Amino acid sequence: MSMKRRTFLKGTVAAVGVAAAAGLLSPRAVLAAWPKAAFDAKSMADAEAAAGLGGAAHSDAIEIKAPDIAENGAVVPITVTSGIDGTTSISILASENGTPMAAQFELGEGAQGMVSVRIKMGKTSDVYGMVKAGGKVYANKKQVKVTIGGCGG
Amino acid sequence: MADSIKLKAKSKGGVTSVKALINHPMETGLRKDKKTGQVIPAHFIQEVACDLNGKRVMTAYWGGSVSKNPYLAFNVNGGAAGDKMTLSWTDNKGEKDSVEETVG
Repeated sequence: MSMKRRTFLKGTVAAVGVAAAAGLLSPRAVLAAWPKAAFDAKSMADAEAAAGLGGAAHSDAIEIKAPDIAENGAVVPITVTSGIDGTTSISILASENGTPMAAQFELGEGAQGMVSVRIKMGKTSDVYGMVKAGGKVYANKKQVKVTIGGCGG
Repeated sequence: MADSIKLKAKSKGGVTSVKALINHPMETGLRKDKKTGQVIPAHFIQEVACDLNGKRVMTAYWGGSVSKNPYLAFNVNGGAAGDKMTLSWTDNKGEKDSVEETVG
């Protein structure tokens, strides 16, 4: 009996060791997950498709807080709040940017459906907040007028 | 490099709010140097990871269209004063930095 217990303990220690090693390695694995295709996409449709955000349903439960007029397109503060239960990811896209995909947030356990970030906008365009929840995609948008573009010289 | 991140985590009513400012040029790779006409190579943060007590609470993937010196804010359920909040970033050149802050 006591022998079995010893074996069990040893097994547990080994398992924890493996888990720790996996934890140490995870940053590299996560970086490999950087969705290059989505960020390289030159159009909204391509970006949506590459990020698995195609066929999004409109939802007023997604609130996009952004200025109506952004004087400086280099710094446009965007806050996306998702009131949808089970939100697992929030993406922010600016439709008229050369590469529309700006940021994608994967929410871990306990994270609330709210993210705030500042993005660059080349010209006046719609800012999309796209949310993945329960295997479905929801989206809302808000137009931001840009006086001075934030891309290029 | 550990001074590239300013991280603040505050717990109130069972919710921890996280705010971070990162010093980074966030070059898209599309901009040209006005003097030389040369394209400035892309240099931007691709991934930001945030852990609360060693548990991943948020991973952000960013493109070049996130503003220079990025700001990031989000909320997490749970977390109490004294908990450990860590934030790390990695950019497209493989540079990285991380910081650990005590939740206040």
